[in-house]
Amino acid sequence: MTRLKTGGALIERGTPLRFRFDGTEYRGVKGDTLASALLANSVKLVNRSYKYHRPRGVVTSGPEEPNALVNLGSGNRHEPNIRMTQIELFDGLEATSQNRFPSLRTDVGVLNAAASRLYPAGFYYKTFIHPRVAWKHVFEPMIRRIAGLGRAPTEADPDTYEHQYAFCDTLIAGGGPAGLLAARRAGEAGERVMLVEQTERLGGRLLVDDDAEIDGKPARDWLAEQIAALEAMENVTIRLRTCCSAAFDHGYTLLYERRADHTVPTGPRHRLWRVRTKQIIGATGMIERPIPFYGNDVPGVMLASAVRDYVKLWGVAPGAKTVLYTTNDDGYRTALALHEAGCTVAAILDSRSDPAGILVERAINAGLTVMPSTGIGKVTGGKDGVTAIQTVPLGGEGNEAGFGAKITCDCVAMAGGWSPVVHLYSHSGGKVIWDKDRAMYRPDSANPPRNSIGEPYARMVGGATGALTTADVLASAAQGSAVPTVHSATEQPASPVWFTPSHGKAAMGGKHFLDYQNDVTVADIRLAAREGFESVEHAKRYTTLGMATDQGKLSNINGHAILADTLGKAMADVGTTTFRPPYTPISMGSIAGQEKGTLFKPVRQTPLHDWHAAQGAEFEPVGDWRRPYRYQKGSEKREASIYREIKRVRNSVGLLDASTLGKIIVRGPDAGKFLDLMYTNMMSSLKPGRCRYGLMCNDNGFLMDDGVIARIDDQTFLCHTTSGGSDRVHAWFEEWLQTEWFDMKVYTANVTEQWSQFAVAGPNARKLIEKLDGTIDLSADGLPFMGFADGHLAGCPVRVFRISFSGELSFEIATPASFAMSLWEKLMAAGADLDVGPYGTEALHVLRAEKGFIVVGDETDGTVTPHDVGMSWAVSKKKEDFIGKRAMERPDLTRKGRKQLVGLLTEEASFVLPDGAHALSEDGKRAIGHVTSTYFSPTLKRSIAMALIEGGMDRMGEALEIGIDRKTTARAVIASPVFYDKEGARQNV
Amino acid sequence: MLLIQCPCCGVEAEETEFAPGGEAHITRPGPDCSDTDWATYLFERKNPRAVHYERWRHAFGCGKWFHMARHTHTLEIFGVYAADDLSPPQAILDYIAERTAP
Amino acid sequence: MSDLDLMLARPALDVASGPDLGADIAAMPLRGMVTLRGDLGDSGFAAMLKAATGCDIPDTRSSIRAGDNHVLWMSPDELMVFCPWSEASALVAGFMEQAGDAHVLALDVSDARAVFRVSGEKAWRVLAKGAPVDLAPERFAVGEVRRTRIATVAAGIVKTDETTFEVFCFRSYAAYLWNWLTVGADAQSLSDL
Repeated sequence: MTRLKTGGALIERGTPLRFRFDGTEYRGVKGDTLASALLANSVKLVNRSYKYHRPRGVVTSGPEEPNALVNLGSGNRHEPNIRMTQIELFDGLEATSQNRFPSLRTDVGVLNAAASRLYPAGFYYKTFIHPRVAWKHVFEPMIRRIAGLGRAPTEADPDTYEHQYAFCDTLIAGGGPAGLLAARRAGEAGERVMLVEQTERLGGRLLVDDDAEIDGKPARDWLAEQIAALEAMENVTIRLRTCCSAAFDHGYTLLYERRADHTVPTGPRHRLWRVRTKQIIGATGMIERPIPFYGNDVPGVMLASAVRDYVKLWGVAPGAKTVLYTTNDDGYRTALALHEAGCTVAAILDSRSDPAGILVERAINAGLTVMPSTGIGKVTGGKDGVTAIQTVPLGGEGNEAGFGAKITCDCVAMAGGWSPVVHLYSHSGGKVIWDKDRAMYRPDSANPPRNSIGEPYARMVGGATGALTTADVLASAAQGSAVPTVHSATEQPASPVWFTPSHGKAAMGGKHFLDYQNDVTVADIRLAAREGFESVEHAKRYTTLGMATDQGKLSNINGHAILADTLGKAMADVGTTTFRPPYTPISMGSIAGQEKGTLFKPVRQTPLHDWHAAQGAEFEPVGDWRRPYRYQKGSEKREASIYREIKRVRNSVGLLDASTLGKIIVRGPDAGKFLDLMYTNMMSSLKPGRCRYGLMCNDNGFLMDDGVIARIDDQTFLCHTTSGGSDRVHAWFEEWLQTEWFDMKVYTANVTEQWSQFAVAGPNARKLIEKLDGTIDLSADGLPFMGFADGHLAGCPVRVFRISFSGELSFEIATPASFAMSLWEKLMAAGADLDVGPYGTEALHVLRAEKGFIVVGDETDGTVTPHDVGMSWAVSKKKEDFIGKRAMERPDLTRKGRKQLVGLLTEEASFVLPDGAHALSEDGKRAIGHVTSTYFSPTLKRSIAMALIEGGMDRMGEALEIGIDRKTTARAVIASPVFYDKEGARQNV
Repeated sequence: MLLIQCPCCGVEAEETEFAPGGEAHITRPGPDCSDTDWATYLFERKNPRAVHYERWRHAFGCGKWFHMARHTHTLEIFGVYAADDLSPPQAILDYIAERTAP
Repeated sequence: MSDLDLMLARPALDVASGPDLGADIAAMPLRGMVTLRGDLGDSGFAAMLKAATGCDIPDTRSSIRAGDNHVLWMSPDELMVFCPWSEASALVAGFMEQAGDAHVLALDVSDARAVFRVSGEKAWRVLAKGAPVDLAPERFAVGEVRRTRIATVAAGIVKTDETTFEVFCFRSYAAYLWNWLTVGADAQSLSDL
């Protein structure tokens, strides 16, 4: 386990890098991954397993790594569960191991392993059921502390992330030989091509298995030629360190670009590409499978392909003395690579009785020992790694004979066969089929993913189709035209091993690991099958096979084979689980993109927003809007500021920024007729220059919006909506016009933001406005209640409405938004001697509650009719139809005992009921209604509330118990919801 | 995520630009209808694992409503047509028959 | 009006450029905007538009310029006219007068929206961070109009020259979109896009 003297196609030996792992400083070189650098430093133990805390080492050399997960970085750049095999080393890198306490070498959680017989599959389900109360307070906190892999970061992430939408004709996932060839063909055909490769290098396995000759050239030369050709094409984009994480419907794919993980971040760390492609070509290759045998998780047991990757790409020998356990010819490449690098190959154990073929011959000629029909019966070793293996005969009758030879070694290479990476095919609806001859699930080309017009849009090429030789790989990518001629070693059929027999206490498979990350063994799957979890989906969930962060890339096929064997079924009949995106975990930051902090969610601001902020406004969200809730003055208390604003309106004059009110123009010869259908009351009879308050219901008969409608001229209406309701109401109008009454001649336009609007409310309202130069007669006769007029005020074009939501003399002044600040400040200045000032939404709400005016969304909850809130007067009886009319005649909406809006006066005048509190039936057993609005009224010097109470309008004067908390209730008397100025005298002056 | 062609502005865009509007070709009965008919209009919707005629609006685009024939399982879109078509055009029905023939 | 302190969409917003930005972002001054709705296929409507703006009816998702006027196709029955701010109300009045009894709608909406200019070779990449639209230079023509979303904000995009886009949204979203665009214009991010 040291750096070899020679070799290492990816490393620059002259550029050393320093890094720390668990506090110890090590040296690597440029081009290393964290895994290769640690192996080069003879660090074998890198992690503890999830359940049993068994010591674990690096198993693979790529994204499929199940064991070697680390915490990367520290402080606010701490990130858990990163695969060492994918971390490109940089100077100063810091990583720590996970899932151990207090240290990797002396982990107390290992006690779990001693008790492993007590932790069978389904252990948690079976054990923590009784007593029920213990779950929340004892079991769950305990399990949560022990369980989990890395630690979640606790500080805000300082890095930036972003999204990028892109479009292409062909997206190619994978930059190996098949991907490169497919990209070249698509590029030459003039298509807009995107080629993405998850690592930092193009070439795939051809960089390692370079013994082939392609089109008369050495594989490396052919590779260089393809890359050069692609780089020269303007219509081909190549992106490295970019993984095609997911393929969704209709060609929508997500590409996860690790843009700055290998360097000091400059710009966004990760970029999530949201690509819509016409065609996906999956050139995602294959992943080698481990072989289930006793002790196949001891550090030093690795995939054969990974062993030779470390030797040939990074010049690292994972062991000084290696045993190869193979089921196929390809494994011999590892033995040959080790041998050529000067490492000892102690033995080659081959599952086949008669290994032959060119690669086998080469091994024999090199003097390597080949043991046919032999497997690994047991691995000896511990946290310091493998020390020896004992062989076991495979097949025939020899199993009872016990273990065979003991061979000392410090590395075991497993070549259990290859699984095509079919994830992308599977993500987007393609089916996979079991290929018995090649012992693999491969894409079913007869059942591909289909696009919006039902045509296939994804196909796999190369290893991902199940092609095992370079010749087949390139042929599948070439699509029949100009197939490259390949000369490479022919290979003999493989003989997969799903379970290697053993002896003694582990003979049942309790230490034959399938899923390293979740510690699922052969014995667990067998137990699940015996307990009736026969469906592959059930067995998966019961045992957690394939449910770890690696999603079963190494374990699924072996696990399903064990399940099939236990059930006595064929592999194809057991089936496989469905692959779900993402292919490998992606960062939360990349999902958020740049929409974090102030960009997390759009906020809508009125033209006066900055003024409000400067005046000490506390804002509240109303839909996306931010409205001043109240204005803080000096050190006054919260309530004091609200009461001050209320009193100002009742006693003099206040200004409210009502710009958020929705404003929709409805125009056309049929506008009146249309609005008669939209509102419960009659709008067509409204005279130009006049306003009417309107209620809007849905076809269930329930209130959905309200507002004042002004008739501007014969054909034109201006409909006000609730704040935050403008988009919804505009869309509602358009929906009916476009889909139901499309014969009506009506146009609508949402002009909410064209107009800023202020309420000027209070006994001095008229006096204030008249101080400004204006063209509108504001007198009681000149502009009567519910009238409006257009003109100018202080040089600003205005429309003044005489309407009131406070019960006071009140005008609403609308002016184009760009005049808003100017007019607002002029009103404020002119009213200095009247003690004018702004009031916020809380004051607004108290003012309207004192008058018993409803707020849609407070007094209504989507189940409330106009009749329920005492507004039958606003429901026309003359109109033949309107939205909600028929529904209001349904028995449930006309029955006695519906909840109705009433006022509540607490017996204890100073006690304010909690919002939403329930009113209780006489026997105290049933809720008969709830509080919808509740305030302390500084005007009335007592608490007031509105509530929806069963049959409330017939219960005036009745006292109710209102539930406050589990133990206490408060008494309140049902009253009219109009608490103040019942005659409406104050607004008619 | 669906890829939808808006027949009103011609844009082929991703689903996030659109808002779904549920089953198409629901008749709104008149005010004199029975309670049962009104309840059917309000509440009863098909939920087939098959071709579904549905309403969509190009909410972030041209704002127009339109109709779409879509298979709820395969997600194949057989065609889009005008919001004021009271039933699917014959050409779309013929195409669906062709595409879904066993 | 000269004595009036007219507000831009956001007075604090101006022009953002510099070495940290890979594209220039500018908040445009007040602009006249007129919403027109009517039967775009009707020759009478076309004549009224011509008279009012000097422009013909633009093709679907396209725009036409004449002098200071820029007419944008918004939907099958809706156009948006960009014109000098001081001329918008007269344009509306003139249009409605010509229309007489015809069923059309013309509204001065000059204050309802904010307009940003995003310019530079990588301008389209800035927008592509949040707009699900193919804005690549060879795929999106000068003059083309696209209504879509940027992040979750409804927005219109019109390409005004090979490397410049105008983006408009309702004015209440102006501060958000401004921030979004200036973050998206990060030079380091655009350097490898």
